[in-house]
This record gives sequence, structure tokens and C-alpha cells, in this order.
Amino acid sequence: MTESEKIEVLVCLGTGCESAKSDLLYDKLAEQVKKKKLGDKVEITRIGCHGLCQQAPVIAIEPEGLFYCQVGDDDIAEIVTSHFIKGEPVERLYYESPEGERIPHYKDIPFYSKQHRVVLKNSGHIDPGSIDDYLAVGGYKGLERALKEMSPEEVVDEVLNSGLRGRGGAGFPAGLKWKLGRNAPGHKKYAICNADEGDPGAFMDGSILVADPHSVLEGLSICAYAIGADEAYVYVRHEYPAAVASLKKALKDSYEREFWGESILGSKFSLQIHLMEGAGAFVCGEETALMASIEGRRGMPRPRPPFPTESGLWGKPTVINNVKSLANASVILREGWEWFKSIGTEGSPGTAIFSLTGKVRNTGLVEVPMGATLRNIIFDVGGGVKEDRTFKAVQTGGPAGGCLPAEKLDLPVDFDSLREAGAIMGSGGMIVMDETTCMVDVARYFLSFTQQESCGKCTPCRMGTLQMLRILDKIREGRGEDGDIEKLLELCDTVVNGSLCGLGQNAPNPVLTTIEYFRDEYEAHVKDNTCPAMVCKELVKFVIDPEKCTACGACKRICPTGAAQGKKDVIHHIQQDLCIKCGACYEVCPPKADAVMKIPAHSELAREIGGAK
Amino acid sequence: MSLGLIPNPFMTSESRRESMAEQSAVELQHEVIPRLQEIQEKFGYIPQEAVEWLSSQLKVSSQEIYGVATFYNHFRFNPPGKHEIRVCLGTACHVGGGEKILDTLSERLGIQPGETTADERYSLERVACVGACALAPAVLLDDEVHGRMTQRSLKRLLDKVDRADKKAAKGSDE
Repeated sequence: MTESEKIEVLVCLGTGCESAKSDLLYDKLAEQVKKKKLGDKVEITRIGCHGLCQQAPVIAIEPEGLFYCQVGDDDIAEIVTSHFIKGEPVERLYYESPEGERIPHYKDIPFYSKQHRVVLKNSGHIDPGSIDDYLAVGGYKGLERALKEMSPEEVVDEVLNSGLRGRGGAGFPAGLKWKLGRNAPGHKKYAICNADEGDPGAFMDGSILVADPHSVLEGLSICAYAIGADEAYVYVRHEYPAAVASLKKALKDSYEREFWGESILGSKFSLQIHLMEGAGAFVCGEETALMASIEGRRGMPRPRPPFPTESGLWGKPTVINNVKSLANASVILREGWEWFKSIGTEGSPGTAIFSLTGKVRNTGLVEVPMGATLRNIIFDVGGGVKEDRTFKAVQTGGPAGGCLPAEKLDLPVDFDSLREAGAIMGSGGMIVMDETTCMVDVARYFLSFTQQESCGKCTPCRMGTLQMLRILDKIREGRGEDGDIEKLLELCDTVVNGSLCGLGQNAPNPVLTTIEYFRDEYEAHVKDNTCPAMVCKELVKFVIDPEKCTACGACKRICPTGAAQGKKDVIHHIQQDLCIKCGACYEVCPPKADAVMKIPAHSELAREIGGAK
Repeated sequence: MSLGLIPNPFMTSESRRESMAEQSAVELQHEVIPRLQEIQEKFGYIPQEAVEWLSSQLKVSSQEIYGVATFYNHFRFNPPGKHEIRVCLGTACHVGGGEKILDTLSERLGIQPGETTADERYSLERVACVGACALAPAVLLDDEVHGRMTQRSLKRLLDKVDRADKKAAKGSDE
């Protein structure tokens, strides 16, 4: 049997698949393969995020490019006997399109075929734990080219010419940052990789670190060479144990192969890389706070200027780049700036990476050229809204971003157009919302997040967000008054203008955009005491329709507070003063009975049913 | 007292580590967070004695160490329960009903997030995002991610833990 005929089984161990217990699948596969003595025919590899998390756990079979979705424990035996031994793939595990068609190859699934993968090219295709796999796909060629063929200035120019903009969110030209770092006086300089991905709803950076850690380390070494740093830090979020482990392994392997350390690849350039785990402070994603954290202090931002390129870590010139920026830099050095510039738009070359989540059919990791529209991403790649509900809004940019309505779906996605619309590109979270999402609740959610994470240094941020939160709570609980919305807008203005760092300056964005695009929902809460999406707890009530109740007892069994009451053959009811509105009864009520109803708390019906015990 | 701290080859260069004792407080400040992480790793929380010990080791005042430790969400100052439940409240989980999952847990266990039950069996925490957004809402039980949580699967999960614990307790009694 020749090498090329070997079946390569790639088991995804990205966050999504790992949560779906894909590590057990791997063990089971290995066991079966061993048992059936298929060791020389089948090779099993662990991979990082393949992309289509919705179908987790997924398994890809190469070189054919077959794709098995939602693989269960009990499917393994069939895959082994039917596919590996008899050569008949298990068709029932293929991806099923919304039209009911089975698609065998992942490259034919719209989720993949509509993407353009540059940074994610290796994710899900190589073994992240093997540096040889990375080298086999051209890895460290960029670093080699930089060190052997180019001066540091030429490397800076290469990145400058590529037009790469920082992928951390703000979109500052990366080449310019490097140039400033290069030109800053002083012998001691630092390069930092910001892998403190704290945005809730974003998992791209963590996924890249798990799936393709060397691409980031290569970028970091290139950056350090370009600016003249001999020390570098990777500041990684502690909540990502898989990313930490992946980085540790990659650091060890790349050190052994002399991709960092003394005299890299025989050149005069030496670099020491340190790994630092964050300790759970969102604000440390801000560059000056991150540096304070590396220095072992409270992670509080400081005013800029001086910018880190002038005075950063321990007062030395420092260049900080996001994970994706560095991964892009590796590709640029390998493929050349002209190639990179040919992708995307004039103002924002390259690709945009999003973690597409929320009420969308295909959740997962998505990479599209800059300039693709929101519609392309959500409907073509994402397959549209789940359960055929109506699209209501999309949120980009995490707690600092904004919510955009259906009218903005044809907006091209790049740094500038998103900002113009009130949202931001951010680090890459994209959350789709449907009619069951309440925009007041969403705004409150993001604000409560920034409020908790505010470091407390600037009063407008510390106290302003708290006041805004109180008003939003009032509105959410049906105690809103005329003028509350105006008061919110006024506070937004104060917080934006009175805060030092990006956290405070952008904290009001979710509130501002939801008021701008969904003001009617705010007004429904304030004026009519109703939550149109039926989300806000104080404004809904769970009741049991006595006509429909079959006294099955499902609601009574699940109710955590004993509010759902009843006996065998006696119609159940919900004792309202005990109800915490968790919705458990609503969830478990059998569809054929459909007796538990969620109704507006202040409706006629609620008064009627609420009155009668 | 030795805490058996494991040196991390990537955290500090060897030369810096060797001369650690001779360095001034300013230069050792950067060791505070990694050391606190190691302490928490070992004990599950940051005991007061450990802060004092660390203070003497690093020549950084214990006030300063507390100042740093309390700034970061990761550090806790009371021992965790036997089972640590963390409810993800990232955006995708929030939109998917994570808050309701937390309410139910809080009600069932009789504790608020950040607390430990009186029998020290459970502690409950909220966590910003664990990156399992595609499987929202997610709950972490003893660091294992359970995705696509519903009220029903949550109940099943807790019942299972309760049963296993009861069985173990019975086994040790006999």
C-alpha cells in the first residue's frame, strides 16, 4: 500500500467539538483502528477548529475531503467497518443542507465554499502539535525570507505596503506601528502578541492558537526582527487552557528548531519569547493595561501619548499586535505584499475573520475577504437565521460594538464602513439575533459587562456606565419613564468623551446603536410596559392553559422553586409569587399539549389567569 | 514553608531566575501574577498565609499583592466547593438563555454566583466567555464544557452528580 492511499482521519478538537466530547471520539477511533489492525492504512490526527462548529463534533477524512457531522460514539464502529474496511462511506453522517440534500465533501458545503481562507488555511487541516506539519505547508518560510533576504527596514516596508491593518479591532496600520517601533530610539525593545481575547462571543484568536499556533509565533518573530526587539511576550487568556497548552508545545518545538532563541536560523538575530497567562481582566486587552499586567500590576490603562511604540513595557519601545495580525504577517512575508493586497478592499486589504454565533444556522469560524457584505456572511456562509425565524440584528465588535438592523445587511464589512454605521469591526465576534432577542436586554447585557470590567480609573466610565445600567434596568423591569431614553443618550455622550481608553469610549456603543435602530422597542418597554421579544423577565408571565393541560407533571418535576403545582389527573397551575421565570416549564411542556404559555405580564389575559388561582 | 512552585521555562529567563533573590522589589513585581496563579493552582484559592509568604519572597508588600490579586477576576479568596460550576455568560450564551440557567442553578443550590454551598459541595461562578459560543448556552462543571444546555439537561446533569456523590459517600461509609 502506498503512502498516498492512506486514509487520514482528522478529528476536530476545537472548542466547539471538544465540548461535544470529540476527545472521546478520538480515543474510540484509535481503539477501533488498533483492534481491526488498520494501523498501516488509517492515520488519526487531532486538529484544531475545522470551522463548522454547529455540526460538532466533526471528522474530516482526507485526501478525499469527506466530512462527517455530529458524529456520535456509536457511529465510530460503523465508520471503521463500512468506510475504512469496505470503502463505503457512511452517507447518513454527511452534512445535510436545509433542503435535505446530503453533501459529502466539505468544500461543497456553502459554509466552506463561500469563504476565502488565508489565516485559517491551516486550521483544521494540519496537526497543530506537529511543527513538521506546519513546515510542510510552507511554515516559517516567511521568517526565513525575512532573516536571510531582507533587512529589518525591508520587512517593515513589506508590511507597510501590504496595507495590513491591526486585527485587534481599531484597524491601525500594522506597518506604521512597526515603523514607529523600529524608529524609536533605544536598544531594548519588546514585541508583544495580544492573545487576551476577552470579548464575549468571540473565539477566533483562541481557535487560531489551538489550530495553528506556529503561524502566530512566526509572525511574532518576524515582528521582533523588524522592530529590533530581543524579547517578546505572548499574553494569552487564562480561560483558554487549550490555547495555553498549544502555545507551550509550539514554543518548545519552535525553540528546538531554532525559530527563536539564540542566533535564529544561523543569523545574528536572537529572540527570547515569554508566555504570560492573563488572570481574567477584560480591560487587559487594552494595550497599556496589558503591559501593566505583564509588569505585575493592576491592569489599568494609562493615557496615550506616549504610545507604546515610544514608551511601552518597562518604559521601553514596544509593539503590540493581535493574534490575527501576526498570523497575517507570516503570510505576507511568505507570499509577498502584492498578493495580500489583491485580497479585500483598497482601504482594508486582506480578510476578515469572524466567529459567527447566535441565532444563525451555521455557527462557526468564518473568514471572508474584506468588503464582503453582512448578508454574504450571515446568509451565504451562515445559512441564514435558525429555525426560519426573522433576522432582527447582528452585533459585531463585542461589548464595544454595535447592533445593526436588517437595513444594514448589505453593508460591506471593513474597518471604516462598520464604524460609520455605529458598530465596529472589533476583534471578530459576530452574533446574529432574531425576533426572540430583546434589544434593550442586549444593550443592558453588554453594558453590564463593561460596567463590571471598568477598571474604575475614569469617573465617567465607572459611574456613568453604572447610571446607564440603572436606567436600563428600570426600563427592562417596566418602570421606565418619559425622558429615560434621552437621559441615556446624554450619559452615552459623557462616557464617550470622558474616558481614557477604548473600553470607556466604546462602552456606550451597544446602547447608542440599539436606540438608533430599535427605538420602538425601548418605547414599547417604557410606554406600554411590554417587551416585544418576550424576554424581559418582569414583563412576561408563564401560565398554564387549563384547557390544554394534560396533568402530565413535566412542569412540576422540573420547576426549581415549586411554583408549578398540581397532582395526578389535576390540571396544573403556576403559583406566580414563587415563579422565577426561568422558563423550564415552558421548555418541557410536551408539544402535543403545549399548555404552558409565555404571555405579556400586563396583558388582559395575564390579569384574568393571574387572578384565578 | 515551601509551596513547591514549578519554574516555568518561558516565564522568566534562567539568568533572571537565578539572581531573583538579589533583585530589588521593582524587578520582582512582574512575578506577582504568575506566582499567584501557581498558588491558586495548588490550593484552589489564595490563602492569606500564601500572600504573606509571597510578599516575603518577592519583597513586594502584601497590600500591593492583594491590590493586584483583587483586580483580576481569576483569583478567589475562599476555598472552592467540591464541584465547581461555571455558567458561561458570553454574548452567544446570554442570547441563548444562559442567564436563566444561572437563575435556576442559583435557586437549586441556594447560593449566589461567587459563593460555595454550606456543605462545600458546589461553588457557582459566572464566566465571561469560554469560547464554546457555537454550543451556547454552555455550563462548565469541573472544567468540563457542557454545551447546548437546556433546563432539562441541566437537571439531568446535576442529578447525575448528586447520585454519584451519594454513591461515593455510601461506599466510604461501609
